[in-house]
Amino acid sequence: MSILINKDSKIIVQGFTGKIGTFHAQEMIEYGTNIVGGVTPGKGGQTHLNKPVFNTVKEAVEETSADASILFVPPAFAADSAMEAADAGIKTLVAITDGIPAHDMIKVKRYMRRYKNEDRMTMVGPNCAGVISPGKCMLGIMPGHIYKEGNVGVIGRSGTLGYEAAQQMKNLGIGISTSVGIGGDPINGSAFKDHLEKFEQDDETKVILMIGEIGGPQEAEAADFAKENVSKPVIAYIAGLTAPKGKRMGHAGAIVSAYGESAAEKVEILKEAGIIIAKNPSVIGDTVESVLKTL
Amino acid sequence: MNIHEYQAKEILSKFGVSTPRGGIAYSPENAKDRAAELGGEMWVVKAQIHSGARGKAGGIIVCKSLQEVSDAANKLLGKTLVTSQTGPAGKTVQRIYIEEATDIKKEFYLGLVFDRSSESIMVVASSEGGMSVEEIAKEKPETLIRAKVEAAVGMQSFQAREIAFGLGIEAKAISRCAEAILGCYKAFSNSDATMVEINPLVLTGDDHILALDCKMSFDDNALYRIPDIAELRDKSQEDPKETYAADRGLNYIALDGDIGNIINGAGLAMASMDMIQLAGGQPANFLDVGGGATPEKFVKAFKLISSDPKVRVILINIFAGINRCDWVAQGIVDALNQIKIEQPLVIRLAGTNVNEGVKILKDSKVKYIEASTLEEAANKAVQALKELEKKK
Repeated sequence: MSILINKDSKIIVQGFTGKIGTFHAQEMIEYGTNIVGGVTPGKGGQTHLNKPVFNTVKEAVEETSADASILFVPPAFAADSAMEAADAGIKTLVAITDGIPAHDMIKVKRYMRRYKNEDRMTMVGPNCAGVISPGKCMLGIMPGHIYKEGNVGVIGRSGTLGYEAAQQMKNLGIGISTSVGIGGDPINGSAFKDHLEKFEQDDETKVILMIGEIGGPQEAEAADFAKENVSKPVIAYIAGLTAPKGKRMGHAGAIVSAYGESAAEKVEILKEAGIIIAKNPSVIGDTVESVLKTL
Repeated sequence: MNIHEYQAKEILSKFGVSTPRGGIAYSPENAKDRAAELGGEMWVVKAQIHSGARGKAGGIIVCKSLQEVSDAANKLLGKTLVTSQTGPAGKTVQRIYIEEATDIKKEFYLGLVFDRSSESIMVVASSEGGMSVEEIAKEKPETLIRAKVEAAVGMQSFQAREIAFGLGIEAKAISRCAEAILGCYKAFSNSDATMVEINPLVLTGDDHILALDCKMSFDDNALYRIPDIAELRDKSQEDPKETYAADRGLNYIALDGDIGNIINGAGLAMASMDMIQLAGGQPANFLDVGGGATPEKFVKAFKLISSDPKVRVILINIFAGINRCDWVAQGIVDALNQIKIEQPLVIRLAGTNVNEGVKILKDSKVKYIEASTLEEAANKAVQALKELEKKK
């Protein structure tokens, strides 16, 4: 198994016919992802990349039984599209869009809560590289070939740093069950702890790697959660030891504004929860390897 | 994005929050005129810079005559103020705000921010106004009131009343205080704010509630739909290099070290900075050139980094995904044909088509030090710096 997506996932692309949507849809299809159609309001009835285009997500779900979606809609309209996906019964939504206003994301999160737990959509992102279950399904913008199939579950806030980790692991012959990019924004669709829970229940996943960074309470919340609820070994790396306080480091969410949000404080909190720390970004792969050897 | 105190007060007034009367001035004569228009016998001349803690830095002067107003304006305009929030470079005062003096009975603290944990809007209040919220949390934590507001339904009157009673406000001023709190909430939620801080919020001698000092910040991602606020951007209050970079689509933060770096992706950039420090060096900047690392972006990045007198070695670390290494390498070569770099250059490429990328660099005339891992790149950058020291 894997989490969120697998080879049977039926996927639609929101913002399908745009330049970015088209480019990445092609890449995903090439990887073997089962894309069953797309949504662009006003272009329903057309065919794009040999797949049907629908006006609404609801229509797309009715016609194709899609259960997952990837969003390339521009920031001003992305929140609306995310709520549309939740309403249409999409189970997993990956929002690639960078630049969604924080007030809009709060609305989206609130909107998702109108559905019962078992019917509620899992939103990954925004401002992320997406999700990949290597060898099965790629729902994102990452270079698929750097991910080897295996049993490490990966959760990270950053795109290219996640690639760095995947490549280090591949070079050591270590594979990944699923890699989830939760994104660099202050309000994320889902957090480290949501995916820790899913990886804990996934048979294929043996160890979990978290790649965090400065800013926000997510890593500390994950530490609390892991201490009580995760039996599998968890490894973490936190970027931004040299980042100054009060400065936003590229990601909208990467800013230290309270106690527990600096890299050093996060490392302490994670350590106390029994999480194994990769000391620097160059040894992420080595640290995972040494933990795998103890299993 | 941040705005000035007087601008924040204008926004708050629109939402029913009372502020002292005042006017903006750009010269001492101007300041005197504003004070005369306001009337009265006492005024406060306030330096307008994007920073709190201005009082301690000498940026707020109480005046008892028009001559004193003029003198205060003369003293403040053009001056660089260094506060606990500006960093050592400080910020230059280009405008001042002249306000009528307020008869203060009691000072309070009121702040609104996003609470990332509960994904709601958090109101923080304290009866110990005038101190920074960090100081209050340290010295008088028992006075802190925290209230979460569900953004979808907005703040309810009872929540505002609870906060007002919690502050110990006298019964006759409760509804005025609750109104001010509700007004601040509306200003926050209706204008895509990320922070509203009123410090102090005051109870006056005649039992009115006034926002005496005020700071507001807004979500950069929402500026497109708040054009009236976006217009208030004051570039003179920003780091010129950071502004130059932001206007060219680069994410740049100036730091104190001497190893400049150019990286794609914010997380990888932070990780590379950490590696530089572990290798015994200090990063001169954070620079994320973004996913589409085009030759144009590299030209801009090289210009920015190489013109920084602090920078003595440049480290490039690119993990190419969809934008393949061969394409990135060609971008670097093209950029270096357009701009000459004096500093030693360490380049590490990884990801898609890495061998093709490295070959392009090797076959070019670009003089550089090759690295294949993140660690090697950081070590070689520090080594290059040491060799420069030796030559001295």
